[in-house]
Amino acid sequence: MISPPLILRVLRQPDALASLSLADWDLVVRQARYSNLLAHLHALLEERGLIEQVPPQPREHLESSHFIAERHIQSVQWEVILIRKALAKIGVPVILLKGAAYVMAKLPSARGRLFSDIDIMVPKDSLNEVEAALMLHGWAATHHDAYDQRYYRNWMHELPPMQHINRSTVIDVHHAILPETAYIHPDPEKLRAAARTLDGFDDLKVFAPIDMVLHSAAHLFHEAELDNGLRDLVDIASLLRHFSNLPSFWTELVDRAKELELTRPLFYALRYCALILHTPIPADTMRAAEVGRPSLPMLTLMNGLYTRALMPIHPSCSDRLTGVARRMLFVRANWLRMPPLMLARHLFHKAFLSPKDE
Amino acid sequence: MILNVSGLAPSELEYRLRQTGIVLQTGSFITHLQTSIPGVAECISLLYADYPLLEQTDFADFHVSLAQPGNLRRWFRPQVLFLFDGSPPFKPLPLDQAFPMLEWGLNWCVSSQANRYLIIHAAVIEKGRYAAILPAPPGSGKSTLCAALVNRGWRLLSDELALIRVSDGKLIPLPRPVSLKNQSIDIIQNYEPGAVFSRKVNDTMKGTVAHMKAPADSITRATETAQAGWVIFPKYQAGASALLETLPRSRAFMRIADNAFNYSLLGVRGFEAMAGVIDASLCYDFTYSNLDDAIETFAALKPPISPM
Repeated sequence: MISPPLILRVLRQPDALASLSLADWDLVVRQARYSNLLAHLHALLEERGLIEQVPPQPREHLESSHFIAERHIQSVQWEVILIRKALAKIGVPVILLKGAAYVMAKLPSARGRLFSDIDIMVPKDSLNEVEAALMLHGWAATHHDAYDQRYYRNWMHELPPMQHINRSTVIDVHHAILPETAYIHPDPEKLRAAARTLDGFDDLKVFAPIDMVLHSAAHLFHEAELDNGLRDLVDIASLLRHFSNLPSFWTELVDRAKELELTRPLFYALRYCALILHTPIPADTMRAAEVGRPSLPMLTLMNGLYTRALMPIHPSCSDRLTGVARRMLFVRANWLRMPPLMLARHLFHKAFLSPKDE
Repeated sequence: MILNVSGLAPSELEYRLRQTGIVLQTGSFITHLQTSIPGVAECISLLYADYPLLEQTDFADFHVSLAQPGNLRRWFRPQVLFLFDGSPPFKPLPLDQAFPMLEWGLNWCVSSQANRYLIIHAAVIEKGRYAAILPAPPGSGKSTLCAALVNRGWRLLSDELALIRVSDGKLIPLPRPVSLKNQSIDIIQNYEPGAVFSRKVNDTMKGTVAHMKAPADSITRATETAQAGWVIFPKYQAGASALLETLPRSRAFMRIADNAFNYSLLGVRGFEAMAGVIDASLCYDFTYSNLDDAIETFAALKPPISPM
């Protein structure tokens, strides 16, 4: 790509938002909408007191999406209260993950973020109890196919997603952050031991700051859920910025990644935050993170893939290789998810035996 | 100088639609539209003749196009896709339904993106500064009544979407072609032989549909907001004489909220905007079967007493 998409320029230098021409705004609004970052731009503008300077037409769109984001945060807070209520009697430690954690811990990453579901983590041996309690309170399983059930329950790190029958909200109940069948196994016990109690809630926890960063890195660079690639990268960058004031954050980051077998995803996360979003990262940490660096041919390939796949899914940010890059990363994520024979069996089942939903 | 769509020769319009696309202003929304589907240009030059065509614009609210999916079906059962900035929000429809799909797609653009407004599924018409909001589920005769009224002196704000600006409670016009279906098409064609219609399209998901051109005056005044005056729930009932019954405000509130697209999404803002509209309006249930009687009833509506 010759010059970076406009959306990257404003994410790197939010002050530039004040001086965009109307034609620039046309493009930025479209790129941001496709990356689910429109409300994030609104938050950036508001923090800087620049919102009044945005011309009225783009402002309509920014505020429209700001209203949605505000509503999402409210719904997450409400949903968390209901989940607590449903799980109150079992007395298992519940850890909120990702978006729900950002909202409840009042992290800046929550501002302007849109949500689709709520993720929690509980100990593996209490999965049955948690599932039963949620079902009693109106959440029902979504994947009824016997194969899918087995796929989730035997191999994955989560139950099949459960949806509430009245509110249609979805909860993902995890017992680990990566599939059981994956090559690497970040120990859930270690994550749980370091988790912090949420202010004002003695029964809810969130991951420790470093673990939050490592989890979002694992999610994006191991699981390769790229539908919201750029948004997820922005999440990581904003966690890094926010936590960078903590005394030992940068010095302990890499050691903790080693402990959790997450040095590779961390390497990618730091590399692409720096490369794509110009996130300031101390040179020492960057050097230490090199333990997760892949071989040169591999890195060259991944560079080609990620610099495309992390762009907004918008025609103005794609070249002729973008589609290929996304598909290759999808294949890679599945490759990392389970051993080859198991993967072959899984793909065969999905292709020929699973019922098709037109 | 602002050029209208009618200022372009049909062949020029078709050429521009195919090449760069055109930039249309409908009410306060600016749409960039591109398509090479045959027949769409014709409908646009017929129904959008009086709309401003922006020659030079830096910003469009919506970038939309109609295109044919590139699959094998194009050879034996061609289809059309509505694309919002390059991505299809809906499944394709038969090619014959290209223009109705454009209309539905444009409604979707507004109802899914414009959350600065409380959006209600309702027709809105205006006379003497006051607007009548006609919320109703499909089949209640809302569009038929709206089409008749705008041919008898009422200004069309919208036949589908009431846009209530959250910041000041004003109704924002979105005058676009009025969508009529099944028998309503003949009824309005007979009622107002001068009305301009697109050709009928059969077998859509709503049955047979046709679109009626919005009155020129409504298009000229497309940026003039209005004040809520009446909330009227119309119901067509064969053989019934026109009957306007006062509706308690609390009931009207709940029923209009049922017809809103983003009431709960807007949270407290939605509640306040809705309460503002209901407080300022006289609320009625209206049963009718004869359009002339309905017109008479509407002509006799008393303006609400201003709270000031």
